[in-house]
Amino acid sequence: MTGTASIRELLTRNMRTSGIYIAFVAIIALFTILTDGKLLSAGNVTNLVLQYSYILILAIGMVMVIIAGHIDLSVGSVVAFTGAVSAVLVIKHDMPWWVGVIAALVVGALIGAWQGFWVAFVGIPAFITTLAGMLLFRGLTWLVLDNISLSPFPDTYQKIAGGFQNGLFGGNGYDVFTLVVFALALVGYFFSAWRTRAARVAYEQPVEAFPLFVVKLVVIGAVVMWFAWQLAHARGLPNVLIILAVLIVVYSMVTSRTVFGRHVYAIGGNLAAAMLSGVKVKWVTFGVMLNMGVLASVAGIVYSSRSNGAQPAAGNMFELDAIAACFIGGAAVTGGVGRVTGAMVGGLVMATMSNGMSLMGVDQSIQQIVKGLVLLLAVAFDVYNKRRAGAR
Amino acid sequence: MPKHILEMRKITKTFPGVKALSDVELSVIDGEIHGICGENGAGKSTLMKVLSGVYPHGTYEGDIVYDGEVQAFGSIPDSESKGIVIIHQELALIPYLSVAENIFLGNERRGSNGLIDWNLTNHEAGKLLEQVGLDENPTTPVNQLGVGKQQLIEIAKALSKDVRLLILDEPTAALNDDDSEHLLGLLRSLKERGITSIMISHKLNEIAEICDRTTIIRDGHTIETIDVTNDAGMQDRIIRGMVGRDLTNRYPKREHVVGEEIFRVEDWTVYHPTQAGRIVVDNASFNVRKGEVVGIAGVMGAGRTELAMSLFGRSYGRDITGRTYLHGEEVQIRDVSEAIKHGLAYATEDRKRYGLNLIEDVRRNISAAALFKLSKRGWVDGNKEIKVAEEYRGSMNIKTPTVMQTVGNLSGGNQQKVVLSKWIYSDAEVMILDEPTRGIDVGAKYEIYTIVNRLVAAGKAVIIISSELPELLGTCDRIYTLAFGVVTGEVPVAEATQEKLMTLMTQEKTNKDKEVRA
Repeated sequence: MTGTASIRELLTRNMRTSGIYIAFVAIIALFTILTDGKLLSAGNVTNLVLQYSYILILAIGMVMVIIAGHIDLSVGSVVAFTGAVSAVLVIKHDMPWWVGVIAALVVGALIGAWQGFWVAFVGIPAFITTLAGMLLFRGLTWLVLDNISLSPFPDTYQKIAGGFQNGLFGGNGYDVFTLVVFALALVGYFFSAWRTRAARVAYEQPVEAFPLFVVKLVVIGAVVMWFAWQLAHARGLPNVLIILAVLIVVYSMVTSRTVFGRHVYAIGGNLAAAMLSGVKVKWVTFGVMLNMGVLASVAGIVYSSRSNGAQPAAGNMFELDAIAACFIGGAAVTGGVGRVTGAMVGGLVMATMSNGMSLMGVDQSIQQIVKGLVLLLAVAFDVYNKRRAGAR
Repeated sequence: MPKHILEMRKITKTFPGVKALSDVELSVIDGEIHGICGENGAGKSTLMKVLSGVYPHGTYEGDIVYDGEVQAFGSIPDSESKGIVIIHQELALIPYLSVAENIFLGNERRGSNGLIDWNLTNHEAGKLLEQVGLDENPTTPVNQLGVGKQQLIEIAKALSKDVRLLILDEPTAALNDDDSEHLLGLLRSLKERGITSIMISHKLNEIAEICDRTTIIRDGHTIETIDVTNDAGMQDRIIRGMVGRDLTNRYPKREHVVGEEIFRVEDWTVYHPTQAGRIVVDNASFNVRKGEVVGIAGVMGAGRTELAMSLFGRSYGRDITGRTYLHGEEVQIRDVSEAIKHGLAYATEDRKRYGLNLIEDVRRNISAAALFKLSKRGWVDGNKEIKVAEEYRGSMNIKTPTVMQTVGNLSGGNQQKVVLSKWIYSDAEVMILDEPTRGIDVGAKYEIYTIVNRLVAAGKAVIIISSELPELLGTCDRIYTLAFGVVTGEVPVAEATQEKLMTLMTQEKTNKDKEVRA
């Protein structure tokens, strides 16, 4: 059946995925009003992304772990430990910045392999393995840091997360380079969206009506360029945003277009069926945990660079923020469902709420309460949707 | 006239779309052991669930007269309070609790302070164990005991509830000879104490050995109730009653063109994955040729699924020994992906639990076993995937608005077509179909048989595992019978009758005995 879907159909058919976008827009609108527009000021938009970047990086790995039907509680400790390893090498031993970065990545990969081994090959539930890891790597952090903070990093290392790309094409109060990069990215996105739609039409699959498709792209284009405009007026294109954008694009493709990504969904959707379809369940699980370790070390590098040092208590509770981002972003508690983009929006929902409430001067205690309730409601919404789908 | 403890009158039970029982009559005399025989799916278990209150009063039609009164059981505790206790085929013991805790679960022996009186509990459990002839400490965890002993604990549990009518669903299916003998002896001694039993069994020799009368059920109807005698004619009569339905034109015709051998299995032996020493498949050997449909007939628990899964990349069991040959050459198949590479496919009997990712769409379920055909260097060609899915939607007549539809929303027949599409797309040469038409309506069954015919016409080899004998007779070239893990016979379809197969399927023999005699 070829057909085009109306807006209403689009919204209702994918309540699970579209619900989060609607919620995101609503939350931005709410806090823009509550903060008299301060939320969307140029400086604050830049800040918001930078402050939450490491959670978003963690959420990319976490959403794959959750899709596979597992969980990782250790990432906060891994962020601290990899940052500490890097700091010890760069600050204490005067190594160049890239030695610290490579060491952190290697340590992250080893940690991922260690946890993957226990989860995939020994069969210890990920909850237990990573709970142990949470203690283990926190302890190792204290050990390598001798329980004291290390700082500051040399300028080169600080630039990883604190730096900006700007001024390459000059500017008049705003950075042209930032705008050009965003415009190019947008053109690339439009092209890929158009190709996907064309292919779907060619295979007689339902797509949204053409006017709707155009409206959608125009809205996305407007939002993205507005965002670029804000960045360009502040300090230019943050390095972190480049790292994050590359990771999001790469992992969106890995999850949706590679055999590995498919196998992750298959395992989470029905483990027994995946096994009987020839999926090497153990190796895929191992790969997912390994990948989480590497991404946690990337977050560790970004965090240590941004905080300009390594602290014994770094990364505390990061795991919970990352997990919350995934579930708010539509991942299913039972596995098999979830998207990288969903987790990113879920993370941004949390970021917007924290940031907005901080701007309003809301107390930390209240912020925690609100975040907790939002997580609960998001998952309740998911459960409700599933029951509704099941009843049909 | 003898006094009836139980009369079930005109019991009719309907599930959405299926009439599981229609006007079933069952009357049980006080103090007898009453057998119930019937094929899988005949309605035996449903009838017992009606009796024990699993399906509460009001969800079925007809009357249950027990002890001279019409009963309206709303739940299992209701029926148990009247002394009706059912022991299911799958034991319902909790493995990590002790024998005594299991016996009194839900019925705990409490002291005057409301807390559990462990001395009393263990003391009473000990006495009950003595009654069932089990010499075990009541504090032993149940998982340390074998299946046979666990079965006896179930009976002890029933006795603790002052049972008057004991229902056993295939009590000896999982037991070895000694344990079975002991259990049957126990049923006899319970009879002497005035406890009435109903026993569902596939083993006709057991029915002949201990039952007074037996009722035969087929397709949700009572066929007859007969007095059990020891002459050979009785078993024949039971078998005829169990299978005697007409073979009308429910199977599409095909030409039987059988080529050379594709797949052969020799001396295949599989042990139970957790119960050490229990043989599930015992020295099985069989083969299948190009363009041939081979049937494997066996009742539930005969080891059919276990045989198939252990062959399919060792997905079941442990300590597997034996040899497999493809096109005459011995091959080692160590895991599922190797099995797929060698051209084997296995469509499971429980497609929802083992066959499909229900939350995923039709397209991705079809490609699930053969992503290697759709990918280059790890990247999946999504457009080609849609194209493939569309092709199968057409050729297999999968009724769905789009291939993006979630598989969980399709009907059973269409889900099964998705499973078959998945394996056909994996380029399988040897397809093992485990209960391919279970839970599927008649029209969709015909379509599945047509697909099977198309497969063999294209030179594939198909193995169908089924407990529906007419299905095997209607579709196969050759039929192997499996009983208690042993291949008990090989019958060309021209010589096969339901009676003959049923006799082989209910025959007990072990390869060990054969070796000893030889």
